[in-house]
Amino acid sequence: MQAYEDGAYEDWNAERAAAIIAAGKDREGPLLPILHGFMAAFGYVPEPAVPMVAEALNLSRAEVHGVVTFYHDFRREPAGRHVVKLCRAESCQAAGCERLADHLEEKLGIGFGETTPDGRVTLEPIYCLGLCALSPAALIDDRVVARLDEKRLDAVLAETLR
Amino acid sequence: MSLHLTIPRDAGALAVGADEVAAALQVAAMARGLELTVTRTGSRGLYWLEPLVEVVTEAGRIGYGPVTPDDAEGLIEALAGDGAHRLRVGRPEDLPFLKRQTRLTMARTGIVDPRSFEDYQAHGGLEGLRKAIEIGPAAIVEAVTQSGLRGRGGAGFPTGIKWKTVADAKADRKYIVCNADEGDSGTFADRMLMEGDPFCLIEGMAIAGIATGATKGFVYIRSEYPHAVAAMEAAMTAARRGGMLGRAVLGSAHAFDMEVRVGAGAYVCGEETSLLQSLEGKRGTVRAKPPLPAHKGLFARPTVINNVLSLATVPIVLARGAAFYRDFGMGRSRGTMPIQLAGNIRYGGLAEVAFGVTLGELVDDIGGGTLSGRPVRAVQVGGPLGAYFPRALFDTPFDYESFAARDGLIGHGGIVVFDDTVDMKRQARFAMEFCSIESCGKCTPCRIGAIRGAETIDKIIAGQDVARNIAVVEDLCQTMKFGSLCALGGFTPYPVLSAIRHFPEDFDVTPHRVAAE
Repeated sequence: MQAYEDGAYEDWNAERAAAIIAAGKDREGPLLPILHGFMAAFGYVPEPAVPMVAEALNLSRAEVHGVVTFYHDFRREPAGRHVVKLCRAESCQAAGCERLADHLEEKLGIGFGETTPDGRVTLEPIYCLGLCALSPAALIDDRVVARLDEKRLDAVLAETLR
Repeated sequence: MSLHLTIPRDAGALAVGADEVAAALQVAAMARGLELTVTRTGSRGLYWLEPLVEVVTEAGRIGYGPVTPDDAEGLIEALAGDGAHRLRVGRPEDLPFLKRQTRLTMARTGIVDPRSFEDYQAHGGLEGLRKAIEIGPAAIVEAVTQSGLRGRGGAGFPTGIKWKTVADAKADRKYIVCNADEGDSGTFADRMLMEGDPFCLIEGMAIAGIATGATKGFVYIRSEYPHAVAAMEAAMTAARRGGMLGRAVLGSAHAFDMEVRVGAGAYVCGEETSLLQSLEGKRGTVRAKPPLPAHKGLFARPTVINNVLSLATVPIVLARGAAFYRDFGMGRSRGTMPIQLAGNIRYGGLAEVAFGVTLGELVDDIGGGTLSGRPVRAVQVGGPLGAYFPRALFDTPFDYESFAARDGLIGHGGIVVFDDTVDMKRQARFAMEFCSIESCGKCTPCRIGAIRGAETIDKIIAGQDVARNIAVVEDLCQTMKFGSLCALGGFTPYPVLSAIRHFPEDFDVTPHRVAAE
């Protein structure tokens, strides 16, 4: 559903944003689908899109801002070119994900919630991918990987983060 | 010669290389000049064997697993011959893990092609919906009530009563909302069902629509499940084309159509009123009840909100009758429960069994103990807000009331196994931290209590005033339990208090060195 490949996202452009709003605004409960539309097109919810949505849906800017900031998925600025999400919920904890978390931080030189200075990788926690019988698991860009240990994680990263 | 294989497209199988295995098998077959047909199915839930490749034979399907791309050549060679191979596991149905199960809700998952409406019908699909159309709304509600089906999402509320309330409500529009925001760690049955047997959920929702007079359904799926979203979208399109959804459901006078909506990474949206807020395009904050969603739900209309498994169980209840379903189970927990075995476990996967099996049988016998080979020390049942049980409670029968009697909950049926390396005060801290991250912020006990709880457990971990700080945590838990608006704050005390009660040795961090010296 999400693609973080190089060049997969468009630069902000108001016309494109208006088209996304127009396509979604007549649905029942249109705000989340529209925000997901921005994420898919731009990789984040650009600030200038907020007043446009507010106007189209007859909401205040504050209401739209409140929704954008409530949900973990909606970024307010672009992520790195690749996004590594390691599951840190209980099932993966039981299978050693905290060791993998340390390994990733050391390997990438960043903490969770951060992006490498070259903009290549963003590292984030995720709480459950539903792969709990194959813990530990991660989502690397749009690829799910499980039954991870340091070696397998390194191999997958080498393939994915070229 | 031609071969017919089934390979799962379930996210769990994909995460351990099912696509690569499928590609390698095609290459290997081509190299041998074999004609190869591959059907992509869901998973049977035998995850330690994934990717599980099955060959379709006259004697049924024969499984091989876990298969890696490197095994492809050898496997094709074996399949072209007598089928002998070191990865051969025989008929999956004959494996002890499956043999002990009673698959009702998940009967077709892993068997059928989730994109084929024809295959669904060839495996008994639509029997429930046809019956529902035949007997009409009142009799449907009566059958669901008589079956004893309770909400499989955790709260265990009787499904028939919920439906009756909506059926009796007068309104210009009504809705069926499926809560597919399965966010609990250790649970994956909703995901498996949506990826492996999506028509079953659509059928259950259509029956709910006919029973209550609702013409529109929404499936709210968490964004962490892109494969489930894709499977549901594809199935809905096929169902519409096949006349199962639309203005005349299977040619009847009932209209019903549905839509998939994707969440945005907020755990609290699994709480039914938060989910409704989110569907309406608002912050996913909890609504105070009453009014109940059955009276004033989505867009203030009467709404049935049920979990994936509850809705997906309805077709078999209608097809086989209420009594058939009710005859499984114990006490007030009727029928079967898809239980998910996860964490540090040898045979991780999905075990659908009648209520009443003990926790120990599930973890030790069916699950085979830990994957690490170390002793099982704690199991968390029911997600991040479920209690941690020690071995001493392994005789607890899996049933809503039995778990409640021991200050636990079965929730969505997820069991996460921990070995003896687990530090229970850290797990207690994680529960508080998780609650603080995911709190919607509407009520004070949850929003502030969780942060204060994590801070106080930090003090315990640091060995600071331990006894007094444990008392503070216990007090906070009482406030959260009785003062929170919803289950997020209200249930966080379960993992915290159970860790303190059952594993006190982990909290005893008073330095002993002084006494020893």
